[in-house]
Amino acid sequence: MYLSTATKALLACVAMAAPAAAENFKFSYQGDISTLDPHSLNEVFTLGMMNNVYEGLALYDGEMKLQPGLAVGWETTSPTTWRVKLREGVTFHEGGTFDADDVIFSWQRGLTEGSDQKGRAGLIKAIEKLGPYEIKIETHDPYPILMQEMTSFFIMDKEWSEENGATEASSIKDSSNVGYAGQHTNGTGPFRITARQPGVSTTFDRFDGYWNDDIATNVTHAEFVPIQEPATRVSALISGEMDLIFPVPVQDWSRLESAEGIAPLSGPEIRTMYFGMDQSRDELLFSSVKGKNPMKDVRVRAAFAHAINVQAIADKVMRGAATPAGIIIAPQVTGFDETLNTPFVYDPELSKKLLAEAGYPDGFSITLDCPNDRYVNDEKICVAAASMLSKVGIDVDVVAETKSRYFGRLFAQGGYETSFYFLGWTPASVDAHNSFFNILTCRNTETGAGAYNIGGYCNARVAEITDIIASEVDPDKRQALISEALKLSRDDVAYIPLFQQPLSWGVSDRVTVTQRSDDVLDLRSVVVGN
Amino acid sequence: MLKLILNRLAHSVVVMLAVALIAFSMVAFLGDPISNMVGQDTTVAERAALRENLGLNDPLPVQFVRFLSHAVQGDFGLSYSLRVPVSELFAERMPATLELSIISAIFALLIGIPLGIHTAINRDSFTTQAILSSSLVGVSLPTFLIGILLILIFGVMLRWLPTFGRGDVVMIGGWSTGLLTSSGLRSLVLPVATLTIFQLTLIIRLVRAEMMEVLRTDFIKFARARGIRRKALNYRHALKNTMMPVITVVGLQLGNIIAFSLITESVFQWPGMGLLFVQAIGNADIPVMVAYLMIIALIFVLINLIVDLLHFVLDPRLHSSGAN
Amino acid sequence: MFKSFSHFLQSDLVYNFTRSRVAVGSAVVALLIIAASMLAPVLSPQNPFDLMSLDIMESNLPPAWESGGDPKFLLGTDDQGRDMLSATLYGLRISLIIGVLSVALSLLVGVTLGLVSGYLGGIVDTLIMRVADVQLSFPAILIALIVDGAFRILLDKEMHDRAAIYVIILAIAASGWVQYARTVRSCVLSEKGKEYVEAARIIGLGPVLIMVRHILPNVMGPVFVVATLHIAMAIIIEATLSFLGLGLPPTTPSLGTLIRTGNEYLFSGDWWITIFPGAALMIFSLSVNLFGDWLRDAMNPKLL
Repeated sequence: MYLSTATKALLACVAMAAPAAAENFKFSYQGDISTLDPHSLNEVFTLGMMNNVYEGLALYDGEMKLQPGLAVGWETTSPTTWRVKLREGVTFHEGGTFDADDVIFSWQRGLTEGSDQKGRAGLIKAIEKLGPYEIKIETHDPYPILMQEMTSFFIMDKEWSEENGATEASSIKDSSNVGYAGQHTNGTGPFRITARQPGVSTTFDRFDGYWNDDIATNVTHAEFVPIQEPATRVSALISGEMDLIFPVPVQDWSRLESAEGIAPLSGPEIRTMYFGMDQSRDELLFSSVKGKNPMKDVRVRAAFAHAINVQAIADKVMRGAATPAGIIIAPQVTGFDETLNTPFVYDPELSKKLLAEAGYPDGFSITLDCPNDRYVNDEKICVAAASMLSKVGIDVDVVAETKSRYFGRLFAQGGYETSFYFLGWTPASVDAHNSFFNILTCRNTETGAGAYNIGGYCNARVAEITDIIASEVDPDKRQALISEALKLSRDDVAYIPLFQQPLSWGVSDRVTVTQRSDDVLDLRSVVVGN
Repeated sequence: MLKLILNRLAHSVVVMLAVALIAFSMVAFLGDPISNMVGQDTTVAERAALRENLGLNDPLPVQFVRFLSHAVQGDFGLSYSLRVPVSELFAERMPATLELSIISAIFALLIGIPLGIHTAINRDSFTTQAILSSSLVGVSLPTFLIGILLILIFGVMLRWLPTFGRGDVVMIGGWSTGLLTSSGLRSLVLPVATLTIFQLTLIIRLVRAEMMEVLRTDFIKFARARGIRRKALNYRHALKNTMMPVITVVGLQLGNIIAFSLITESVFQWPGMGLLFVQAIGNADIPVMVAYLMIIALIFVLINLIVDLLHFVLDPRLHSSGAN
Repeated sequence: MFKSFSHFLQSDLVYNFTRSRVAVGSAVVALLIIAASMLAPVLSPQNPFDLMSLDIMESNLPPAWESGGDPKFLLGTDDQGRDMLSATLYGLRISLIIGVLSVALSLLVGVTLGLVSGYLGGIVDTLIMRVADVQLSFPAILIALIVDGAFRILLDKEMHDRAAIYVIILAIAASGWVQYARTVRSCVLSEKGKEYVEAARIIGLGPVLIMVRHILPNVMGPVFVVATLHIAMAIIIEATLSFLGLGLPPTTPSLGTLIRTGNEYLFSGDWWITIFPGAALMIFSLSVNLFGDWLRDAMNPKLL
C-alpha cells in the first residue's frame, strides 16, 4: 500500500524529468556496519550492507528468490555434490579477474581461525576445480539449501588478498590488529566503499565495471550515516537530509504520511517474535514458586498463551503493522504452514481455569526479560503482556535492558539466565531448518543444536525431524515433516509466537526501492528521481 | 617553584591512576561484549574461545595492568564494536567535541557576561528579574528535551537548520573542522545553542555574584568617592576585577562541559567523543569507555594544572609560602 | 521553640521573602506540587503502577477535551492505556522521593566529610579533597551513569529492578556530595580560627562535639541553599538517566521515564504523552530553582 504511493510519486517525477546522470543517495540505519571484512562477522545488517560491495555465488532478489550471482548455474549430481558453473568476465574493483581460484581461496579463508563464517564454509568438505569457470563442491552431509547459505558467503580476490596479507579472516579475537581487509574492500559488487569513518559515515561509489548492466539503480554516490536516536533519525528524513532511513518507529508512520515528500515503506519481516519460557530447570530462577518449575506443566504454558491478546498488541502497540503468528516461522520461510498460523485464542477465563487445574488458582509471580533497544517497541510489548497476564493472576515483573546485557545473560555463555523472555528469530537461510536447528530442537552443546533454545524445550520427535529435514530433498515429504514438528511444538506450547515484526522504512518520494523481507537494503534496487 | 610543580605533577599522576582504576574496574563488569560482536549464528564454543582470546577470562588485576601499560603508550587497544584502534577513533572524534564545547563556552561567555553585569548593576530592576528567572529554564529542563524541542521547531517544522551531524568538514592537518563550510556552520547552530543554554545559567550568576562583590569593595567605594563616573567605574574598574575569577571558573568548567556534551552529542548525532562513549555503553565496548573516562580526567587534570600554575605566577603571595 | 520561631519570623530573611513576589510565587507553586504528588493515591483516578488497571485497548487516547478523548481520562492515556493525570502525579512523587532522598544522602556524606576535612586538616584534608578533585573531573551525569552501571552488574537483575530506586538515589547522591563537602570545608576553615571555637577547645570539648554543636549550625545556611538547588538538579539527572535507558523500570515510571516514553511519540502527534510530564517536571524544577535562587541571593550571593 505504502509502496504504491511511493511508486506513483516516482512515476510522476519520471514523467517530468529524466533522471540526471549523477545521483546521490543518503541513507541511515540505527547502527553501523561492524566490519568491512566479509568473513569477520555473521550478522544480518553488516552482511546485507557488504552485499553491495561483495557477492556470493548466488544472490537474493527483491522477493528473496534465489538468483545466479557469481555462479551462473548449478546442479546437484548426488545429494552431497554440486556442479557449479561460474560467471565469466567479472572483474573485482581493483582490477583482478574473478575465477574458480577465487572461490576456492574464499572458502579456505572462511575456515581460517578469525572467520565468523565457519558455519557456512564448514558445510563444504572440498571444492574441486574443473576448469577456470567450473567447480565441483562436495558437502559433508546432504544439504539441499547450500546455495541459500552461499548468498551470505562472499567471494574475495585471491591475488589482492595475498598481496595485502589478508589471506586470513581478520579476527575479532585479535585485539591488536584489524587486518587489511577490515579497512579496505575489493569485491565484485555494484558499489565500492571509497571513504569510511567508523560510527560516523561510509561512502559507496558506483563501480563502473559491474558485470550486470540490468540492475535498476541509477545511484552513483551513496552515503550511509548511522543514527542511533530514533527521533533524530526520523527528523533527518523529514527535514530532507536523508533519502531513506530504517527502522522508523511504527507510531511515526502517520507523521511520515502527512509530511510532504516522504512516505513510510512497510511489509512483514521474516523475523518472528515470540515469548519463551524456561521449561528445563527444576526451579525457576525468577519466580515466587519455589521447589518446582510451573513452566514444565503444559497447562501453565497454555494459560500464559491464552492470557496474551496477540491481536491487541498487534493493533495497539504495533499500530496494526504486525502480522499475528501462530508458529515460529514466517510465511516467506520454506516450510511455513498456513493452517497452523492462527495465534492462540485470547481467552482469560480458559487461562484462569488452566492455572487452577495446574494448581495455581491464585497465580504466581515471574520476571519477564526484555531488551529495550533491539526490536520494534520491544519494551512496550513486554509491558502490555505483563498487564494482560496480571488479569489472570500472573504478577509479571518486566526487566528491560540494553541489548548487550540482555543477550549476554540470555544466551549460552550467560547460562540461559531467564525464566520468561522475549526474543525474535530470523532464519538467515529463509528455511525452516535454520529455526528448528537453533530454537526448536533439543539443546546439544557438542553439535551446537538448540543453542538459542533458551527455554530448553525438548521434544524427541521434533529433534528427530530437525535432523531429517536437514537432508530430506523431497519437498512434499519435507513439508509434511515440518508441519508435523510445528504442530507438535504448538501443542506443547514450546513458545508463544506473537507476530512478524514489520519492516519499517521511511523513504523520500524521490526514491524507489525494493524492500526485502530480511530488512536488507540492496542498493541495486535504489532508483533516485528528482 | 620546582618543588611546587613536582608536587602538582605528582598529584596529577595520582588522580589519573585513581581514575584509571575506578574507570577500569567499573566498566570491566559492564555487559558482555561478545554477544554484540558476533552474529547470532556463532556457536557457543566459538564464543567461549573469543572470551578467552580477548583476555576477558583473566583475573581483573591482570587485565588492568595490561591495560595500563598499553595506555601509557597511548594504546587503548581496538574498539570491540568498531574494530578500529581506540586512539585513532578519539583522534578523529576529538575535534568535533572540542569545537562544540569551546564554541558554546565562548557563546555562553559572550551572552552571559553582559547579562551578568546588567543584573549586578541593576539589582532589582524588572529586566534583571526577567533575565535571572528565564535563564533558570536552562537548568530546569533536561538537556535532551531542549535538544529535541529545538530539532522539532527548527529542523522539522521550519526546516531551517540541519538536525544531525557536522555537515561538511574540512581537514586541516589531522584536525577536521566544520567552521569553514556553510553546512558545517549551520550544523553547529542547534547543538551549540543546546549546550550554551545549559551553561548560561551558571555564568550569569557567577558574573553577577563576582561583580556585586567587587562593587562592595573599598577601592570601588573610594573611586566613587573620588568622583569617577559611574559607567567608567562599572565597566573599567569593577569588570576588570571580575574577569579573573570568572575565566578561572569557566576554564575549570571546560572539562565538565566537554564531558556533559555527551547528551547533546547523542541527541544531535554529533560525531564527537561523547557520542562515541554513549554508543560504547550500549555495546559494552570496554576499551572505548575506559579511554573516554581517562581522556576526560586528563583534560581536567591539565586544565587544573595550568590554572594552578597561572595563579602561582600571577599571585606574588604564593611565592613565599611555597607549595601548600 | 516558639520564641525562636517568632524570632525567625521577624528576621530579614522572612521580611525579604514576603517582599519578593517571585519568591512567594515559586514557593507556593512548589509546595502545591509537592502536596499534589504526596496526595497522588487520593487524587488519582487510577493507580498507574497497578498493571491490572491498565487496558491496552484504551491506549493513546487524547485528553478529554480533544476529539476522541474519553472523559475518564482527563489528560489522555499513554501507550499502555495509563491515565496520564495519574501517571504524572505518581511520577512526580517518585521523582520527588528520588530528589529529596538523594540530596539528603549526599548532604549527610558531604557535610560530614567537609567538617572532618576542614577541622582536622592535614593528610585527611588532602585525601578527601583529592577524592573530591577526581570526582569533580566528571560531571554529575557521568558519575551517576557509572555508579548505576556498576550496581546493575553487582546486583542480580531482578534485585536490581526492585532496588532500582535506591540505586538511582545512591548514584545521584554519589555525584552530589562534593559540593557540600567543599562548601562546608571553606566555612569551617573561616570559622575554625574564630574565638568561640578556640574557647570551646580550651574548655576541653572534643573535636566531634565542637564540630557538631558549634561549627555545624554556622555552616548550615549555605548548605541549605545548595540543597534546595540540588533537588531540582537531582530530578533532572534522574530524567536524563532515564533518557539514556538507565532509569526506573517501565512498570513504575518516574517523570523521567514518562518523558522518555512520550518522547517517542513527539513526531506522531500524541503530544500529551510527553507534554504533561514534561510540563510537570519543568514547572516544579523551575519553581524550586527560582526559590533556591532567591534564597541564595538573600543569604549569600557569593555562593554558587
